[in-house]
Amino acid sequence: MDFALNDDRRMLAETLERFLSDNYDIEKRHGFAMMDDGFSKQMWEKFAELGIIGALFDEKAGGFGGEGADLMVVFEALGRHLVVEPFLPTLMAGTILAGAGGQEALLEQVINGETAIALAHGEPSSRYELASVSSIAEQSGKEWIINGDKSVVLGGSAATQLVVSARTTGEADSENGISLFLVEATNGVTKRNYSTINGYGAAEIKLENASGILLGEVDQGYKLLERAYAAGIVAISAEALGAMHVATDLTVEYTRQRKQFGIPIGKFQALQHRMADMLIELEQMRSSVMNAAGNLDKDRLDREKEISACKHLVGTIGRQVAEEAIQIHGGMGMTWEYAVGHFAKHIIMIDHVLGDTDHHLERYIALGRNT
Amino acid sequence: MDLAYTDDEKSFRNTVREFLKEKLSSRLATKVKLGKRLTKQDMEEWHATLNEKGWLAVNWPEEYGGTGWSAVQKHIFDEECWAAGAPRTVPFGLNMLAPVLMKFGSDEQKAHYLPRILDGTDWWCQGYSEPGAGSDLASLRTSAVREGDHYVVNGQKTWTTLGQHADWIFCLVRTSSEGKRQEGISFLLIDMNAPGVTVRPIILIDGEHEVNEIFFDNVKVPVGNLVGEENKGWTYAKYLLTHERTGTANIGNSNAALEKLKAIALEQKKSGKPLSEDPYFAARMAKVEIDLKALKTTNLRILVDADNGAAAGPESSMLKVKGTIIRQELNDLARRALGPYALPFSSEAMEEGYNEEPIGPDYANAVAAKYFNNRKMSIYAGSNEIQREIITKTKLGL
Ligand SMILES: Cc1cc2nc3c(=O)[nH]c(=O)nc-3n(C[C@H](O)[C@H](O)[C@H](O)COP(=O)(O)OP(=O)(O)OC[C@H]3O[C@@H](n4cnc5c(N)ncnc54)[C@H](O)[C@@H]3O)c2cc1C
Repeated sequence: MDFALNDDRRMLAETLERFLSDNYDIEKRHGFAMMDDGFSKQMWEKFAELGIIGALFDEKAGGFGGEGADLMVVFEALGRHLVVEPFLPTLMAGTILAGAGGQEALLEQVINGETAIALAHGEPSSRYELASVSSIAEQSGKEWIINGDKSVVLGGSAATQLVVSARTTGEADSENGISLFLVEATNGVTKRNYSTINGYGAAEIKLENASGILLGEVDQGYKLLERAYAAGIVAISAEALGAMHVATDLTVEYTRQRKQFGIPIGKFQALQHRMADMLIELEQMRSSVMNAAGNLDKDRLDREKEISACKHLVGTIGRQVAEEAIQIHGGMGMTWEYAVGHFAKHIIMIDHVLGDTDHHLERYIALGRNT
Repeated sequence: MDLAYTDDEKSFRNTVREFLKEKLSSRLATKVKLGKRLTKQDMEEWHATLNEKGWLAVNWPEEYGGTGWSAVQKHIFDEECWAAGAPRTVPFGLNMLAPVLMKFGSDEQKAHYLPRILDGTDWWCQGYSEPGAGSDLASLRTSAVREGDHYVVNGQKTWTTLGQHADWIFCLVRTSSEGKRQEGISFLLIDMNAPGVTVRPIILIDGEHEVNEIFFDNVKVPVGNLVGEENKGWTYAKYLLTHERTGTANIGNSNAALEKLKAIALEQKKSGKPLSEDPYFAARMAKVEIDLKALKTTNLRILVDADNGAAAGPESSMLKVKGTIIRQELNDLARRALGPYALPFSSEAMEEGYNEEPIGPDYANAVAAKYFNNRKMSIYAGSNEIQREIITKTKLGL
């Protein structure tokens, strides 16, 4: 076994970390989050130039990464700086485009930072159920006509091209009969853009006779979706890990500086043990993200169990780390001005992205029954 | 042992319910239930309604215009107000300053300030904490130096809740740096409009302006604004901490939050069925409900004992710790219940006049914001760590 990163990935990590340290402090981040679409287009282009978008995809898709370890390296760094640019939507929609094949030209534009894409899958009543799709697609000549509502589409505000899931046969919650389409976000597509509480651009999307191009095989979209979710969960979990690290570091550092009763509050055992627990859980988190990342390209069952295990822990460890970070800071942890609260917010809200801690616990148990 | 409410208590509950039905406007109740931003006018409106009925000063003795209610009556009133969606009364004048004035203030101070608290003339805020003095409050440095018939105050207070609305601030100030730190602190009433007082907002993580920094630059305060004796302020502040227990456990607040959570869990669907039927979620809800049931009884046991003259101990610390844990757990479950719809947030939608269609269900917008905002509960009014220290020292003798 070898837990170390290879040279390429170490360089990628260093490049990205250096760039973010120089260009992405919390003040700038708030500024980017306030821009139209909820991020900085200029930054996005810079990320493209540095090859960070390309690191999300394998060579077949025009990138030079795309393995679990690549995602882990990139997203952990993004999480350390609370980067608001749409990496997660790009990864997930792009993974589907790559998996379906035939979209090399679009992927090239995506990797160059020219075209913004997003995955429009969740619906108002689907909660976290991956197979719950009520939007309908019907074939009309060569094209497909899609109707339905898509909710909390991360990156949906900026995306000009959407990967949309819709039902072509079967019941509203059956895995079979889901198809995926590429939809241009113009005719028949109405967006209501907004920002999430942790500062990310998103949209509610209404499809009314929108026309789409079929991606992959008809009725067989579930597999592609599941693989994209797996990549997304590795990514967002690594991002949570990065944010948890910073939240913990800020907390420990704060307890060194902050004095009450004549001594640094870090000298109080009541706080020391809790910070020790935070460190223990962070190591658990890192291992679990590695388990998920390392199994991303393995057999479905092995992969999915690790994915759900990891996302379950993100919810539980994340809550512990975020709440302790605020609490141990006292009033300072509650302020907009001081960074730690923003890290805590992001960590907590990641529990609401791609399935929460209970969803993945239940799923983990269900997957175990299949072995 | 008889845990049932007496007939009198039951009929009292009905009277309270009828009053709320009649006098609490649906406008205010809706705002509270949807977690919208309350304006100063909203809070003043409810304050005036309660005062008109004589039910504002729940904890005051009758001689000062209070209700003279028993512990159980106060508990019932609190439960009913929260259940109906009444705004909470602002505690600083009513529940924090008033008891201190009644016990330690001069006759002139009582005659002047207490009626003005009731009729809403004076909005008070609490000036204890400073940048360097949070948990270690006795290290406070804002100084008051006597010069003839007034004090000259210099320094800074922080985290001052709703100080932006306040006419007056009651402050702990340093009047002596000799001897023990606690023995050089005085309790001073300061006019927020006096020259040299500056208020600066602090924005919290939910984006709201709820607390402030307050700066004092050579502010002249008449000596008549000193409460009790000079250098005895610490005793007065501590008196308040051990005697002010009603509301500490957050029972009414948590009750209302639990009901709201149940309503959300019934409406939110998981795989086509109400979330409340999901065994994972149902277990989480049941656990917090079980905790709350027990705390309700703990709370009443303590309050009834106090009514019967039991000495004040660390019980309020116990109520604070458990009460805030439960309230925060309810916030946590509410955000979980929403699933992905916990994510969208619109600050404009916190306003009363907002009439665009909500993103997701109409009750969703404020839920995650409230979860973050209520993290304050285990920090303020003596952090939960400090409460545990108090329990350890006073009850365990360690
Ligand atoms: C939203 C909000 C509203 C507030 N409103 C008011 C107000 O209106 N008026 C007012 O005067 N104040 C107010 N406060 C201030 C509040 O009382 C203080 O925040 C609180 O006393 C903690 O102080 P601190 O923030 O300086 O944290 P610190 O005292 O620096 O504490 C930081 C951490 O160290 C822990 N700690 C400190 N000492 C010990 C110890 N001995 N053992 C173990 N752990 C310890 C604390 O529990 C906390 O977790 C408010 C605070 C907030 C967040």
